[in-house]
Amino acid sequence: MSTLSSQTVSACASCNSFDCDPSTCSARQPVEEIVETAPFAASTEGITAATRNACKLCTPLGACLAFRGVEGAIPLLHGSQGCSTYIRRYLISHFREPIDIASSNFTEDTAVFGGSSNFKTAVKNLRRQYEPELIAVATTCLSETIGEDMKRLFHEYYSENWEEGHPHMVHVSTASYRGTHMDGFHNAVRALVETLAVSGTRGRRVNLLPGMVSTADLRHLKEILADFGLPYTLLPDYSESLDGETWAEYEKLPSGGTPMKAIAETGSAQLSIEFGHTIAGTKTAGQFLEEKFGVPCRSLGLPIGIGETDAFLETLGTASGRTVPAKYRQERGRLVDSLVDGHKYVFGKRAIVYGEEDLVAGLCAFLCEIGVEPVLCASGGESGRLEEAIKAAHPAALRKSMAKMEIRSDVDFAEIGEQAEQLKPDFLIGNSKGYKIAKNLNVPLIRCGFPIHDRIGGHRILHLGYRGAQMLYDQIVNALLEAKQEGSEIGYSYL
Amino acid sequence: MSEFEIKTVTGEAITAQALKEEMLKIYPAKTKRKREKQILSNDPENTPEIGANSRTIPGIITQRGCTYAGCKGVVLGPIHDIVHITHGPIGCAFYSWLSRRNLAKPVNKGDTNYLQYCMSTDMQEEEIVFGGEKKLAQACREAYALFKPRAIAIYSTCPVGLIGDDVHAVARKMSEELGINVCGFSCEGYKGVSQSAGHHIANNGVFKHMVGKLDMEQTNPFSINVLGEYNIGGDAWEIDTLLRKCGIHVVSTLSGDVNYDQVCSSHTANLNVVMCHRSINYMAQMMETKFGIPWFKVNFIGAAATAKSLRKIGQFFGDKGLIDRIEEVIAAEMAALAPIQKDVTSRTKGKKVALFVGGSRAHHYQDLFSDIGMETISAGYEFAHRDDYEGRAVLPTIKVDADSRNIEEIHVEADPQRYNPRKSPEQIAALEAGGFTFRDYDGMMKQMKKNSLVIDDISHHEMEKLIAVCKPDVICSGIKDKFVIEKLGVPCKQLHSYDYGGPYAAFTGAANFYKEIDRLTTTKVWKFVIPPWKQSPELQASMVFGKAHAEDLTPKRSMKANKSAEPAEEA
Repeated sequence: MSTLSSQTVSACASCNSFDCDPSTCSARQPVEEIVETAPFAASTEGITAATRNACKLCTPLGACLAFRGVEGAIPLLHGSQGCSTYIRRYLISHFREPIDIASSNFTEDTAVFGGSSNFKTAVKNLRRQYEPELIAVATTCLSETIGEDMKRLFHEYYSENWEEGHPHMVHVSTASYRGTHMDGFHNAVRALVETLAVSGTRGRRVNLLPGMVSTADLRHLKEILADFGLPYTLLPDYSESLDGETWAEYEKLPSGGTPMKAIAETGSAQLSIEFGHTIAGTKTAGQFLEEKFGVPCRSLGLPIGIGETDAFLETLGTASGRTVPAKYRQERGRLVDSLVDGHKYVFGKRAIVYGEEDLVAGLCAFLCEIGVEPVLCASGGESGRLEEAIKAAHPAALRKSMAKMEIRSDVDFAEIGEQAEQLKPDFLIGNSKGYKIAKNLNVPLIRCGFPIHDRIGGHRILHLGYRGAQMLYDQIVNALLEAKQEGSEIGYSYL
Repeated sequence: MSEFEIKTVTGEAITAQALKEEMLKIYPAKTKRKREKQILSNDPENTPEIGANSRTIPGIITQRGCTYAGCKGVVLGPIHDIVHITHGPIGCAFYSWLSRRNLAKPVNKGDTNYLQYCMSTDMQEEEIVFGGEKKLAQACREAYALFKPRAIAIYSTCPVGLIGDDVHAVARKMSEELGINVCGFSCEGYKGVSQSAGHHIANNGVFKHMVGKLDMEQTNPFSINVLGEYNIGGDAWEIDTLLRKCGIHVVSTLSGDVNYDQVCSSHTANLNVVMCHRSINYMAQMMETKFGIPWFKVNFIGAAATAKSLRKIGQFFGDKGLIDRIEEVIAAEMAALAPIQKDVTSRTKGKKVALFVGGSRAHHYQDLFSDIGMETISAGYEFAHRDDYEGRAVLPTIKVDADSRNIEEIHVEADPQRYNPRKSPEQIAALEAGGFTFRDYDGMMKQMKKNSLVIDDISHHEMEKLIAVCKPDVICSGIKDKFVIEKLGVPCKQLHSYDYGGPYAAFTGAANFYKEIDRLTTTKVWKFVIPPWKQSPELQASMVFGKAHAEDLTPKRSMKANKSAEPAEEA
């Protein structure tokens, strides 16, 4: 395939000249430089090729997570076993729950001759061991690169093995060189409705497609939907399957998840609500249901903070024909009351926000609501719509801060770290991977999102609704107070 | 001596064979035939042949990882002053970023530590189509411009092999351009049947490109390398401290908290001791052939095993002063450890353990458990080969399959200048006459009881069967199984990451481990599993007959609700 062009290789790394012999270059830095640990803020002027400390994960991880939110589903990665092992160990370190992801275990000859036979064996073994209702297949870099035709494999498999009661199979293409884990997640949800949704008499049902949120978020969303008296399909729903109880007896597949029947019924719903400004108008599950079955799709931001939660509850009010239940009016009221109480501690504070694009957009709007200035909103996401998403999330609250805010897509933690020092943030908010930067700057890190592997209960953090905003708010204020208290020479113990 | 027996949850004896059949009965015929060869009733006197290092069957949920994980993640990853670049899409680099707890703490001025750093070419579709060599070369330049590291290592992931990027050519070019050692590793995930292939590829690369690059005079005659020790949770530091007390100098620990110069000068040591036989025996063998450094297997996991290993090192050097110092150290360490060991043993004696992990740990940790009177009912490796189970004596009879043939066997000859046999043939013969063994590993099965169950590459399903039938008091495994084991009411100790604990090596480490196991086996937390309102006599009676009230318990959870509470009460 490609070969190295001589022009590219001959540039000297020290003086950047093409005519220089690098081994004798006078500009070459001595090797004895003292570096105790890798500096996150090393200068990288003109450097772009490598990703250093990525702020994104790979597409099949997102797909597997979405698939674990379907009742009776077992994800199957069609590719090398390392993907399934790595993704399992990574998801498990966040959720601290059993997460089974099967693999079709490609070896070198499979990579050459194709994975048809491995695929069939995998499906047969999965049926025997797990008796799944759904086998959810995602194709990895390996099978994607060799151009595995999954339609044909499905067809071949079914023509030999179809029988009454055979589990459904769904496929999503997740080459990791295309997009991030969020793309994998959304595409998996779309693949589920594409394969399983059926038409029917239009009812009151609402489809809620929340995107990648925490198990606590999912439980809260279900509570809200129930309080509005709406029948619903929440897809996916890993609130139980990835945050379950102890077992008295072995569960082949952890209980919980969106029932298959509920996915089928998404085609006859009155409305789909889809969270995520960056995916609005793209080829999403909601969009598919609108095109195929005429189910209108309402695109909202993740309901983080007041404005975005208001929009969500108003939508549900309209859909249900009910007013917002008193419980939520009270939660909102308490939240606003607490903002007044804590305002002086957070107002004008500077924050760096990072993570998935839609999470960043939601957090950013929320921070502006409470008077914090998000000085850098960063994501490894590659949709190119982060700025748009931030602008769409509670524009009124954002208006003042937007000018001072830097928005960066497709960045890594090295780049965030390089900028962090000069931005002088008071805190960072995002997943565990920002810890090093926070530590270097000696500022608090408010952990939220995914992955959180250096704390317990990362998957139980509530971000959504007034209640989620309340919890985040209290956490932010207290972290700032604690930092002030700890950093104070005289010390104070009464506020 | 009483016969060893595996007991069921209800206390009846079950043969290993019956337990095996219980595990296998669910599989389709072909799968069953294959798994039959990997699950064996043990006989230490006459070890049966195990179907280890064979391909994992698709659709069986395995603990195994990939070649990249073995190469970058395990063997090379811990070298802390070289920059590691993963050539491929982002996932592989991200998942191997600080996820293994191979600790490093550079202490000398000028030392560098890039382990916090995760560099990847983050290949996009464009590179998959048009090739990623240019981007890789640029990434090497960036790494150099940023850090001026001692060396750069490049690791190929699955798509790289498919599109035909020549990482070795890029590495050579970059070596010339940057004037530092840049080496490429073709460790695409699909090569080989597990991470074991990656270990071998890494051994070859490190041996070819690093070992022997730096000649260094060793002033201490008792200079050794500790091979196959990865400093998880600080184990290597414990071993290092212990050896120093005895007067032994560690030149290089491959690979735990180690720097490039230490690796490059490892050929100047006088002895190689091997901890993890599976991942590093190639290196020991190649160093003996090329430089004349003898090797033997040791185990610093467990107090008795540690003492034995120290004595063997003493015997090897045959120096009276060294032997005496070793005895003094053992006596002092044992005296400090004894009260803890005795106290913990009073509670753990007779408890049962099962271990399924790695390529050596499932064996090594049996020693720690036997220190505190616990019995291993079942064990198996994730990625080991027959010799790790049955001993190196079977090496000549191992059939080389297509997957193993994929991995280069490098031809090694004695180095014309630096080959220096540390012991003369006469000295070796004299030592061997006294029962001393070189290049020795007897494998796990020789040490396990007759009729215990050996399970290679255990699947999730088999693990769950083992728990349902026997419910061991502790299971040692990794993070992927940990939570399914604990859901079923059995404490799980992770032996990959040590559950953020450790060190467990040497004597101090052993004390940590005893306490850890004591905590796990005596916790009262399982008592909370059944709430008081579900323990009414009425309900219990109905459960005896297998008919729980639908209102009280979901049917799925009904049957064994009570059973899971029993062991906690015993504790």
